[in-house]
Order: sequence, then structure tokens, then C-alpha cells
Amino acid sequence: MGTRRVFLIAFAFALLIGVSALAQGPTYGVGRTPTAEEIRALDISIGPTGEELPPGKGTAKEGAQVYRAKGCAGCHGAAGIGGTAPNLKSKDPKNPDVWARGRILPLRAPFATTVWDYINRGMPLNREGTLTADEVYALTAYLLYINDVIPEDETLDAQSLPKVKMPIGDKYASLPDWKPRTPRLKGYPY
Amino acid sequence: MGSKRFNRRELLKSGATLAGGFTLGAAAPALGQEPMTHASPPMIKGDNDGQIAYGDRSKHVKSVRIPHGGRPSPDNFGLTFHVASPLQDSVGVITPSSLHYFATTRGSFLPDIDPREHRFMIHGLVDRPLTFTMEDLKRLPSVTRLHFIECAGNRSSRRAKTVQETHGMTSCAEWTGVLLSTLLKECGLKGGASWFVAEGVEEVKGASSMPIAKAMDDCIVAYGMNGEAVRPQNGFPLRLMVPGFEGIFHTKWLRRIKIVDRYYMNYNDYGHLHEDAKEKDAALSYQIGPKSVITFPSGGQQLPGKGFYEISGLAWSGGGAIKLVEVSTDGGKKWNKAEFKGTPQRMAHARFAYQWNWDGNETELQSRCTDEIGQVQPSRAQIAKYWNKPFDETFSVPGLDNSIQPWRIAKDGSVTNGNA
Repeated sequence: MGTRRVFLIAFAFALLIGVSALAQGPTYGVGRTPTAEEIRALDISIGPTGEELPPGKGTAKEGAQVYRAKGCAGCHGAAGIGGTAPNLKSKDPKNPDVWARGRILPLRAPFATTVWDYINRGMPLNREGTLTADEVYALTAYLLYINDVIPEDETLDAQSLPKVKMPIGDKYASLPDWKPRTPRLKGYPY
Repeated sequence: MGSKRFNRRELLKSGATLAGGFTLGAAAPALGQEPMTHASPPMIKGDNDGQIAYGDRSKHVKSVRIPHGGRPSPDNFGLTFHVASPLQDSVGVITPSSLHYFATTRGSFLPDIDPREHRFMIHGLVDRPLTFTMEDLKRLPSVTRLHFIECAGNRSSRRAKTVQETHGMTSCAEWTGVLLSTLLKECGLKGGASWFVAEGVEEVKGASSMPIAKAMDDCIVAYGMNGEAVRPQNGFPLRLMVPGFEGIFHTKWLRRIKIVDRYYMNYNDYGHLHEDAKEKDAALSYQIGPKSVITFPSGGQQLPGKGFYEISGLAWSGGGAIKLVEVSTDGGKKWNKAEFKGTPQRMAHARFAYQWNWDGNETELQSRCTDEIGQVQPSRAQIAKYWNKPFDETFSVPGLDNSIQPWRIAKDGSVTNGNA
């Protein structure tokens, strides 16, 4: 057995030990384990499956009331258009080409959970986190309704929201499979 | 054209002719030069905070950031938007923290965070969720690295006049913090952990999905910037550095990272979706392409006359370190190798220079760079060809714009945007 081979085997063992050390536990023991409640309170990320969605429900009709009562109209305009803050209603909501409907809401997103997530995390400005789950469901329903995505009487809740068919369908580019030290675009520029 | 690359011997020679009273290099005396005297200048009367406790720059230095694209910042609501760095005045590769560009996705108030109260939590698909105080993070092994950040919207337009307007939404600083991989190893990644979502504390709580491979490669949870604490505009007390990725991923006021098993399609993420599921579109997002720009001479500047100039500029790439910069002084016909000032670092601005003797004729200056993985900065015409689009007045680079920036030099020495 050559020295080189011995070295390789030793190296392989060192790798194995390294991997198992990672699996065993923390190296530095710095940091504190948050409680389940702490995590729940901070975890406002709603993924496409909707698994983190809280109980609650709402319709577009209820949402129209919430929209006025919570002051949304003050910045975004009476019917989601013409305010000082970004428009929430497309000027061309029936255009079959979703890219032509304008960049409003996350209307181009393939999942309605993105709309719910954004209202919940970021609105109303300066009073984020004050809306109840019912109010967020209702506002989501209202905004999807005025953009011609769902009918006025559809009830949104943790089960129905992830199933809403967004106008983009699956007509968007697949996500890049990123790896370190690889070019941004294959064959770009030449 | 009259451009000429000096080598050392030629420079020595021109120095010698200068001593003899005739030189091509010193044909134009600097404007406004008065005879020197030994009289003292006015003195800074200083025992105030600006001189002693935390030093101000000279009152004669006026270089400032400007709101990008004419959108006021702060606006009527007090929200801040994109603010561009004065690259035309930059020297070296470090952007002073006070001049570092910053941007907010949809406008944001700047959080005023007490670092003693700040907590950073990692949870989701991990064996041990962990919460860190700032003190905790500073106990852990740290790294200090130079990295640029660039906004994906940093693009030249016909309207833009200066390099601050065409390229000002990139900057480079020395960042200090803990590698995200160190923290994730402390938490232990579970099987299925393939993406992570990073979130800040600003009111819209910008959240972005990123591949776990990036987290394990070189992301930094940074508390230090240019030798002091990260500035509030750049995420005090904690900012995620995602070297080479678009600016939006560098989550400021970092509070939480959630390890997940899929793309989470947050508000920030949906903007990265691209029309038309062709393969070319798929990789448009995330990584900044190879890019360079000449900062001197650049748009809006005025050359006092023909003669010697050191052309200077910045080059950077999300693909790694810059390996080569070439400068053309004749509108792209001939390309000359530029020199680096210092050693280019991975995902950092590199300062390049090229020694030029302007003959006083109209011309155009350009720079292009190549990075360590062989990506070459393209011209706008090349990009149009790649996307199979006509290269005309209406052409706009899809996604990130890393095209070559031309600066036109007129006979009177005025410098203007060659894309205009």
C-alpha cells in the first residue's frame, strides 16, 4: 500500500469523523433555544402549501368593509386605485396576458398565499400585525375579487386560499438551480 | 486615435521631456492654479464632536448620495427609497459607510433598533432552533471580507447623465460577522432543508427565499461594516450578506431565518419570476453578472484639455473575483489591458486604471471585465443578440443590466453618456 493510498484512506476517515461531528451537536454552545410559543409568535412566513396559515375566514364583501374601516382606502384609493400608495386594482384586470395587467399586488405570483402573507406582514403601514386573521382573509378575498381572480361570494380560509388559481397558472420560468462558481446565464454573453 | 498606452519606459521618457520644458502630457496647465505661498490656510476651530469624538470630513468635500431615478427620498410618508452613491468621486475600493448606496424594496422607514434588545432566530427544518443576541454573535468565530452589493435595478438609461445615475446603486464595504454556515451547523440542518427565508424587522419585513447551497457557501451574518457597526441605512445592527447576489437578498435589520423545503414565493420573490418559461429566463435571477464602469472620466465631468489622464474605474462580478479589465479609448475598436490597484477579491469591487494621453479629439471610453469563472461583460448589442431582440432605440436589457458603459468625450473636453 503506497503512502498516497494510506493518506487517501486517512483523509476519507477524517471526512467521516467531520460529518458525524456535525451530526452530533453544536460546536460552540452559544445561543438559546427559543420556546415553541416564541417561534409561533415570530414565524409569519406563509409558504405556498399554506401549512402555516392560521384558522379564520373571510369573503370579498367583508373585505370591502375592512378595506374602509382599517383605512386602506386612505392611501390606496377608494376602490384600490388612484391613491398615493401603489394601486391595488389592475387597470386591465381581464387581460388574458397577466404580464399586461400591471405590477400590482403580487397578482403575478402563482400562489394566493403570497397576497395573504404580504398583507399580514406589512400592512397597514405603521400598524402591521394589528389585523386579525379573519380580516386578512377578507382583505385577500376583496383584492382578488376586484382583480377578477375569484368570485365575490368565495370564502377564503386556510384550506381554500392555497387552492386559488392565480392568473399566471404555471406560465413562469423555472427557478434557477444555483451552484457556487457557475455562470449567471448559460452561454452569456458568448 | 490618439489614445496611447504608456509603459514604464515611455513614462520615464515623458517625465524627462517634461523637465526639458516640452511635454505632451503637460500641455494643459490645471485651471485656477495660483502661485504657491507659505501663508497658512484658515484653521478649523475644533473641539466639538465633529473634530474629536467622531470626525467630520472637510467642509470643502461635498460629495453626497442622491435619490435614484428622481423619486424623492424620504417621500411624503417619510419612507426612504433608492439612494445612489457618488461613484464619480470614489477612490480605491471601499465605499465610505456614509456614502454606501442603499435601497428599500417598496419604501421603508429606517428601524431604530437598540442592539441590546435585538434577537436573531434560526428555525424551521433544523435539529435545534436557536436565538442569538448580538453579544452571542460576537463570541463566535468571525470573518472579515470585502464585498460589493448591487441593486438589481442599477442600470444605465438614456436619461442618466452621471455615473452616479447610471451605476450608483452599487457600493463595496468591508463586512465583519459570522458565517451563516457556522450558525446553521450549530442548529443542525434536517434532511429536506433546501431553501431558506431571511426576514428583517422593517415594517414590510422584506423576506427572500434563497438556496441553502448559498447559505453554506459564503453568506455572512454581518454586524460590522468598514471597521464599525453596520449603519442604520444598511441594516443596523445585523445584516445578511449574500455575496454576489442581487442587493435585495442582503436582508437588512435581520431578525429571522427560516429553513424550508421549497421556494417560499414571498413578495420579494414573486418579482423574480420571469415571463415565458424558456431556459434562458430561468437563471436571470440571483447572481450579478460581470460588470465594470469608468468612474473617471465619467458623465458630467470636464477634462481641462488634452494631455495625460489616468482613467480609473470599478469592476465586480457575482461569479467571483475579477480577473481582467480592458479599456478602450476609441469606442471599442481596440481593447487595452488595465492594471489593478490592489488584488481583486471575490465578489468585491476591483479598482482598475489605464494610463491615457488624450489628443484632444472626440472619442469614446469604454471598459469591460472578465471574472475568474470566465464570464465576460457584454455590450448592449451583444445582449440584444443573445435575447434575439432588435438592438434599437427601444431596446432595454432584460433583467440585470451589466452592459458596457460608453462615455463620450467631446472636443471641448465635456464627458457625456454614450448610451444617450
